[in-house]
Amino acid sequence: MLKRDNHTEFLILAVVTSLLMLVPLLNAIGPAEGFLSVSAFQVSLYGKYLTYAVLAMSLNLLWGYTGLLCLCQSLFFALGAYMMGMYLMLMIGERGAYQSVLPDFMVFLGYQELPLHWKPFYSFWFAAGAVLWVPGLLALIFGFLAFRSRIKGVYFSILTQALTYAACLMFFRNDFTFGGNNGFTDFKDILGCDLNADATNRGLFTATVTLLVLTYLSTTFLLKSKFGKIQQAIRDSENRVRFSGYSTTSYKLAIFVFSAMLAGAAGALYVPQVGGVNPSAMEAAKSLEVVVWVAVGGRGTKWGPIIGAVLVNFLKSFTTQAFPDYWLIIMGGLFVVVVLFFPDGVTGLYRDAKAALNKRRAAASPESA
Amino acid sequence: MRTETANKHPVLFLKTTRRAWYGCSAVLCLALLPALLAAQEERGAREVFADLILAQAGEQAIWVETLSGYGDPIISEVYAAWRAGGIYAFESDGNTRVLMQVNGDGWVAVRTGEAVQLSEAAIAKLSKIRPSRKLRKSMKGLIDTLGLKAPDPATRIDSAIKMGRSQKSEFIEPLRKRLEAEPEEQVQAALREALAISLLANGDDAEVLLAVTDLEEMQSIPAKDFIEKVLAAETAGKGATTELAVACQSALKSIESHMKTLEFYGSFFRGFSTGSVLLIVSFGLAITFGLMGVINMAHGEFVAIGGYVTFMVQRAFIDVWGIGSTAFEWYFIVALPLSFVVAALLGLLLEKSVIRFLYRRPLESLLCTWGISMVMQQAFRLIFGAANVQVNNPGWLMGNLNYAGFNMSFTRLFVLLLALVVVFLTWLLLRKTNLGLHIRAVMQNRDMASGLGIPVARVNSMTFALGCGLAALGGAALSQIGNVGPLMGQAYIVDSFMVVVIGSVGNLLGAGLSAMGIGLVDQLLQPSLGPVMGKITVFLIIILFLQWRPGGIFPTRSRSLED
Repeated sequence: MLKRDNHTEFLILAVVTSLLMLVPLLNAIGPAEGFLSVSAFQVSLYGKYLTYAVLAMSLNLLWGYTGLLCLCQSLFFALGAYMMGMYLMLMIGERGAYQSVLPDFMVFLGYQELPLHWKPFYSFWFAAGAVLWVPGLLALIFGFLAFRSRIKGVYFSILTQALTYAACLMFFRNDFTFGGNNGFTDFKDILGCDLNADATNRGLFTATVTLLVLTYLSTTFLLKSKFGKIQQAIRDSENRVRFSGYSTTSYKLAIFVFSAMLAGAAGALYVPQVGGVNPSAMEAAKSLEVVVWVAVGGRGTKWGPIIGAVLVNFLKSFTTQAFPDYWLIIMGGLFVVVVLFFPDGVTGLYRDAKAALNKRRAAASPESA
Repeated sequence: MRTETANKHPVLFLKTTRRAWYGCSAVLCLALLPALLAAQEERGAREVFADLILAQAGEQAIWVETLSGYGDPIISEVYAAWRAGGIYAFESDGNTRVLMQVNGDGWVAVRTGEAVQLSEAAIAKLSKIRPSRKLRKSMKGLIDTLGLKAPDPATRIDSAIKMGRSQKSEFIEPLRKRLEAEPEEQVQAALREALAISLLANGDDAEVLLAVTDLEEMQSIPAKDFIEKVLAAETAGKGATTELAVACQSALKSIESHMKTLEFYGSFFRGFSTGSVLLIVSFGLAITFGLMGVINMAHGEFVAIGGYVTFMVQRAFIDVWGIGSTAFEWYFIVALPLSFVVAALLGLLLEKSVIRFLYRRPLESLLCTWGISMVMQQAFRLIFGAANVQVNNPGWLMGNLNYAGFNMSFTRLFVLLLALVVVFLTWLLLRKTNLGLHIRAVMQNRDMASGLGIPVARVNSMTFALGCGLAALGGAALSQIGNVGPLMGQAYIVDSFMVVVIGSVGNLLGAGLSAMGIGLVDQLLQPSLGPVMGKITVFLIIILFLQWRPGGIFPTRSRSLED
């Protein structure tokens, strides 16, 4: 039985992945117009949604499976974005507005040479590493302090929100060497490939799909492992787990760091596809938006965050164009309704519908049951 | 020890509206007029000036002397026009009027200050009057020292200090003269200070020494730079051991320590002020979050409701009575309770429709109320516009309380007072009323309270409404010191949550202490770290504090496990 479930699951994953891979494929060889055409803009747009989906999955690991409502996920995402952004800024080289090897904002602020912590970012691989370890390290330090003093529940949420707020204030400063409120923008190329070229866009999209699949697989693996079982037990009753002799602190810390790294990786893929990052990406409200995605999709399910992130962002793109004044009201209202009436989100709705259908079928033909 | 010296001359006066000083100024002018002109004592500065303009060259000196007894700011205005060639004589019906050209084509009678309409023909007949060189010379001193005679004592102080700092020798005489005539103690002190500073550059050795010791005694902050200059000159010329050099050093030391004391107390006051704002905003939160376990992310928007109600009340008062009326002064008194009531009713509605389904799901309540806060923010934008709205202070909240060298604005003092009142009233409510008893019972054990017949649902609604009302009260108070806009609550919400967490959830005394503590630490750190780094440091301190006391200042003792 379990094995058949596995088969179906992987089959769905394979179908979804190949459907997603149709996007760059159609962009490359598809028709220029009509239903099947996919423009370069659409490739980057869908790529952005997928990085959001990974971000939502990273939050789902914490909120859905460990019961930690973390409100600094957007901070980790933005940190990853900034780390990759540093590399991309340096790759502009002397093609900036001031024709200097320094990034434009540094010339503008009167820097004579590159600050020391920027220098290693000439290497792509260093940047790619920093995308993981910088958010990870922050999560390790903050998580250690928070979990050690047994801050949990809403207190954890409030403290993580304050952390995001503090970091956001810091990144808004000009003298923090990260471009102040303008952040990074005007990127030219990545690993020698032109960022405006369609092929680069397709490559980035493919990389994002790969990250998404890897995240999905690692979530699946995690849930089946002993680690994942304890993680879910912590969500359901942390004290019982602790009394059973497990150090819940280290389990929570481990999953917190892992999820921070995931968010960082998503952020790193977000920057080249969107073409910039600024401190508003780490505002406290952004973290709550991620929570909305997960809640709408269904927390604690494997597909929920992906569906939620894509669905809500499609809705956002649509409403901000059609009714710009009402987007916040729609999102806020959606949130209230989902929390009050559909606590399990879209996936929960699907499950309920399926259960109801089965029940009716069973009722209709009692002899076959 | 230094504190006592700092307060040796306690200077306490209220800077009130200008109108109140006009009465005093009339008396003042009388005292100043030379005896020979006593007959003309009731004439205004305008009339004297008009006479001066029309006077023969030989008589001008007497009129200048008369005019020097007035401090009316109009003198400098007319004189500026005169020098620029904007004063004309106008002959009509046998008498001559003096007209001043204003804004290029308007005309004002210098004698009465009334606007005059002139026909084309009349304009052609005008003859320009220009001041002679001799007159300009004698007027210059008069204009320069005009501020010393201004009706407003604050202007007199400012102008005295400015004249002192210029260190021009020609100002010494007017300053001395003014010092003899000055009735106000504070202005006298400023005049003495200005004289001493002026003497530092112009006096002989003995006078300079005397001035330095005087300034030391006065702990004059404006004199610091000038004493440093004297010291540098003296050290370069005669060495650092002369009597004067020693006196300078001791004066500088005394002034510097005085400055430090002032800065220290200033930070304290700002800290208490910031703390009281935090307190007033977070008290409502401490009630809903602490007592009920509901995380109200829309709390900040209820703060904004307070601000907007104040704005609406103000607008209604302007519409009905006009902006300058006495009734307008009372709008804020009406707005305070009204904002409480409006927000409490909205809070009641919110509780009945949404919150009551979420009492056992704190995380969900956080998300749901955040959605509500989005909706409310956007509603404010749609109703009142995205920009901040203008809320004026009523007259009685304008101005500063000036004590021993530092200013405390009335609005900030008012917020401090309001915070105290709110704390006291909340305490009364929780400790002395039936509702308070019920609230505390429900907070301790919801099921047990319900079992004992306490109407839990009603208590919940009332508590939530109370929390929202308090938030709006905070918002109304904030409208007097900050901006009122759709995002005004967002600025305080993170800090307020910190206050509640540090102060131990559910403990109002703790909330009070932590609000004041956070406000003080914030303001004491700001001078050295700047506002942003100061805030970040406060946040780090909070995290470290929670390592030491995870339950906040007054942790709740309980045997129950949370899950």
